[in-house]
Amino acid sequence: MIGIVDYGVGNLSSIENALNTLKYENKIVDSVEEILKCDGLILPGVGAYRDAIKSLKESGLLKSVLDFANSKKPILGICLGLQLLYEKSYEDGEYEGLGLLKGEVVKFNDDLKVPHMGWNDLIIRRDDEIIKYIEEGEYVYFVHSYYINSMDDVISYSEYGVNVPAVVGKENIYGMQFHPEKSGTTGMKILKAFGELI
Amino acid sequence: MLTKRIIPCLDVRDGKVVKGTKFKDIKEVDDPVTLAKYYNEQGADELVFYDITASHEGRGIFLDIVEKTAKEVFIPFAVGGGVSTLEDFQTLLRAGADKISINSSAVKNPNLIKEAAERFGSQCVVLSIDAKKIGDKKWNVFINGGRIDTGLDAIEWAIKGVELGAGEIVLNSMETDGVKGGYDLDLMKEVGKVVNVPLVASGGAGKKEDFKDVLLDGGADAALAASVFHFKEIMIPELKDYLIDEGIPMRKVK
Repeated sequence: MIGIVDYGVGNLSSIENALNTLKYENKIVDSVEEILKCDGLILPGVGAYRDAIKSLKESGLLKSVLDFANSKKPILGICLGLQLLYEKSYEDGEYEGLGLLKGEVVKFNDDLKVPHMGWNDLIIRRDDEIIKYIEEGEYVYFVHSYYINSMDDVISYSEYGVNVPAVVGKENIYGMQFHPEKSGTTGMKILKAFGELI
Repeated sequence: MLTKRIIPCLDVRDGKVVKGTKFKDIKEVDDPVTLAKYYNEQGADELVFYDITASHEGRGIFLDIVEKTAKEVFIPFAVGGGVSTLEDFQTLLRAGADKISINSSAVKNPNLIKEAAERFGSQCVVLSIDAKKIGDKKWNVFINGGRIDTGLDAIEWAIKGVELGAGEIVLNSMETDGVKGGYDLDLMKEVGKVVNVPLVASGGAGKKEDFKDVLLDGGADAALAASVFHFKEIMIPELKDYLIDEGIPMRKVK
């Protein structure tokens, strides 16, 4: 059972639809008990960092997400969900994240069009189970205005003015800056691999 | 490298895809969900559904089409037509749309852009502008399906829209729409000089070269078209091969 964390921001149905198509049992979860019962967890998210962190804290789900990550079961942050896994974000202020991965969330340079929106190709940096079904150069769909400034746990990245961490992973903790649920067959292959970690 | 996007646009009325010439002479084509799946397989980078009669006749949005598409097609898609409140945004996003395109309602209530961007994020707020040329490098914004001249300057409106929080702009040239004589390159260039969000060109695609021109010379990040795709006058895989040969980065479906 893969839990999709509902903490009040963003659209969860796309992820749900993708997991259903892959025939992965899944459930939208919004309580501590439900989260801890899951075998795998997806932390989605669109919108503002500040609101997301605030909502995670106020709902009491922040600690259970941390506990889940520490339990060594697979967890996947998508887009803003990936950014939340890091230490700090500078999106409209300065906000502390979950600190599960080392690095910070920073804004793209002003000379680039922001958001970084559209399909960009993946450059593979190191091998990992999560990318076992895809090849270098496959395209995935990005929409974001901030990126991770650390290459520490990067499995693959894309180029947009800078190297943009695209797939990150450290032990059981994974993150994707793009939207696998909106990245056609490539995205589905990555989600399939995530499901197989469980 | 970030690729340029090819976006088929599906104008929907009564659950069917239609395409009018210059917004009139409406002619039925096909089922939206079937077409969405077809375009996904063809390598479309994104899809747009416009409920073309919504703003005029006050129709509800075709939520079932949105939901069904979201269940079957795993590429981004935008929905527009008749969206005028934050609740409309919420409903459509929950149904599975990734972006919401607003046009007339944003002109009437610019604050909608700001509120929607704050609540749902700029990435899902697309400002769609119907622009008609009224002089040398001067365009006015039209609303209600091109029926009303607002007197607003299209370039200034684009700037304001981005300031308010729009994450993307669709520029539809009313002069070239449905004529198949090419996109309005001047309009794209002028707006491209002053805004720093992705720009989608709309209106005028007739041949492959038109796409090249607007993506290269016009500086557009994406090109939207309807009838040339619906009537199979241009096939997306061939179009992309051609654009790649012309040096434009394109995503190829493997």
